[in-house]
Amino acid sequence: MIHIKGLHKSYITGNNSLHVLKGIDLTIAPGEFVSIMGSSGSGKSTLLNILGILDNYDNGDYRLDGNLIAKMSEKKAAAFRNQLIGFVFQSFNLISFKNALENVALPLYYQQVSRRKRNLIAMEYLDRMGLAEWAHHMPNELSGGQKQRVAIARALISKPKVILADEPTGALDTQTSYEVMDILKEVNEQGITILIVTHEHDIAAMTNRIIRLRDGVIAEDIRNGEVKKMKELAFAAAN
Amino acid sequence: MFDLDKWQEIFSTISQNKLRTFLTAFSVAWGIIMLVILLGSGYGLENGVRKEFAGDAVNYLSVNPGMTSKAYKGTKPGKPISFTNDDRDLLMRMPGVTASSARTRIFGSGVISYKNEYGAFDIFCCHPEYAQVESLRMIEGRFLNQADIQHTRKVVSLGKVVADALFKNGEKPLGKYIRVNDVLFMVVGVFDDPGGDRDMSRIYIPISTAQKAFNRGNSINNVCVIMDGATPEDSRRAEEEIKQSLSVRHHFDPSDTRALFIYNTINEYQRFIQLFAGIRTFIWIIGIGTIIAGIVGVSNIMMIVVKERTKEIGIRKSMGATPSSIVGLILQESVLITALAGYAGLVIGVVLLEVVGNNMPNVDYFSNPEIKLDVAISATVLLVVAGMIAGFVPARRAASVKPVDALRDE
Repeated sequence: MIHIKGLHKSYITGNNSLHVLKGIDLTIAPGEFVSIMGSSGSGKSTLLNILGILDNYDNGDYRLDGNLIAKMSEKKAAAFRNQLIGFVFQSFNLISFKNALENVALPLYYQQVSRRKRNLIAMEYLDRMGLAEWAHHMPNELSGGQKQRVAIARALISKPKVILADEPTGALDTQTSYEVMDILKEVNEQGITILIVTHEHDIAAMTNRIIRLRDGVIAEDIRNGEVKKMKELAFAAAN
Repeated sequence: MFDLDKWQEIFSTISQNKLRTFLTAFSVAWGIIMLVILLGSGYGLENGVRKEFAGDAVNYLSVNPGMTSKAYKGTKPGKPISFTNDDRDLLMRMPGVTASSARTRIFGSGVISYKNEYGAFDIFCCHPEYAQVESLRMIEGRFLNQADIQHTRKVVSLGKVVADALFKNGEKPLGKYIRVNDVLFMVVGVFDDPGGDRDMSRIYIPISTAQKAFNRGNSINNVCVIMDGATPEDSRRAEEEIKQSLSVRHHFDPSDTRALFIYNTINEYQRFIQLFAGIRTFIWIIGIGTIIAGIVGVSNIMMIVVKERTKEIGIRKSMGATPSSIVGLILQESVLITALAGYAGLVIGVVLLEVVGNNMPNVDYFSNPEIKLDVAISATVLLVVAGMIAGFVPARRAASVKPVDALRDE
């Protein structure tokens, strides 16, 4: 699904150049549930933004679902984002003057789906999130967990291949965080590849693969069985 | 452009951002209202001045004798000048003069009566050509004619006000005899004068008859010369020629400013025309200033709108919005608001002008404020287009920002 080779990214501010990603090689197969961890400044958010075509990269090679994502027109990038990727953000990023239903339906608006039809589909997705009765509430009338579930419904509605989530539980309490993770797990079981950026070990432990970034390179790449083992270690360490 | 879904998207945005919409709409509507009122007042002023002139022709010179103030060829200053029929004949032969009339007013004791009805009205003694000077319009009968002058007929043409005062109970004035200073005159016509009631409270009798009936010899008060088709330059030249030739006849210094008083309507009218041009230029300068202020207001608000919506734009882009759809969204919203607000401003401004125009007391030099519709509409269109251009630049910039930067905006 995702193939990255020798990815480099620098931020240039004035005369200073900050080399954030220093050659990332990464392959993620379809249907994986991956978390990216790392301390702040390790480049994990930058990596996610590049994967989501929200930002560009300097060097290397990035293929998403077989498509080479290189310098392309904003129009083409928009089409990829719309069809292949669903975003979930830490701060939810719902449009404040649209109600839950309209927010969920937005990606379909950019697919030229008729209003009636997209509202119908949006209602279906909200219902799956258990939010049917909140469909006509504005975002500021919803709790954090509800907002994130609306955002997940919005990410899912365009039937993307990949869900990219940037600290999806960062603004939620533990209980709600687990609920959100359960939903994501469910989504993953339907075959959608999910990548989340997090710095919470317990959240990362719920995924099937953990990639740890340090200073712009991949320091660790732990898979399923190993994750469980690590969870136990973390548990042991906690006690 | 006519994508219904897009309009619904825009309407939902507008209805959720009432203050922003109101501010944009208000600045546009206000600009247009101001412009309409400004231009309307300008036209009102012009109409008012034109109305003042409507009473009289604007192609004649009125020549009045005065009293010399300079010694000339052995004559002491202070000599009164007086005109006779010969002066009228002299001026009539001048080049450029198409018609002329003498005028003598008989003041005061002139009581005019018919049966038991009577009143004191101005008695004007003149030639038939005087009808052109006053822009008279006959309601019935005729004005004076050459035969009246030739045969010194005792005939009279009445102003509408005079006719209404003397002939009550629907009696017809034509052919009736009225008494003017104890002399009987036959009514040959009743006239209307756009100059108003004052000009219609007059009666006109032939100058030749008046000279005989009221012992005036061959003297006249004044000569009006009509110069049809004369330019203001022609009229000023004629003024000089009149001074020259009359100074010879009456022995006064041609440079004596008190010997003759010439009221040059051609020149006066041109001065007013120039005044209108000046006022119009002034109004347009202010009007263009108003439009520019409106444009600046709209672009300011558009810039704020785009800034305010940066994050929303980022969200939309991450959901798959193309740059052109972002630009379209912002522009269509701005065009819709400015067009509707501009139209509303136009309507309010025009209604305001109508209300003021209809309820205004009769003031000199101001009447019928109005605005030419094409001018108002082009100003509105200009504002809408300017709003579009003003919105396009920031919208374009916002649409080209990397989504990651737009999303980071708070």
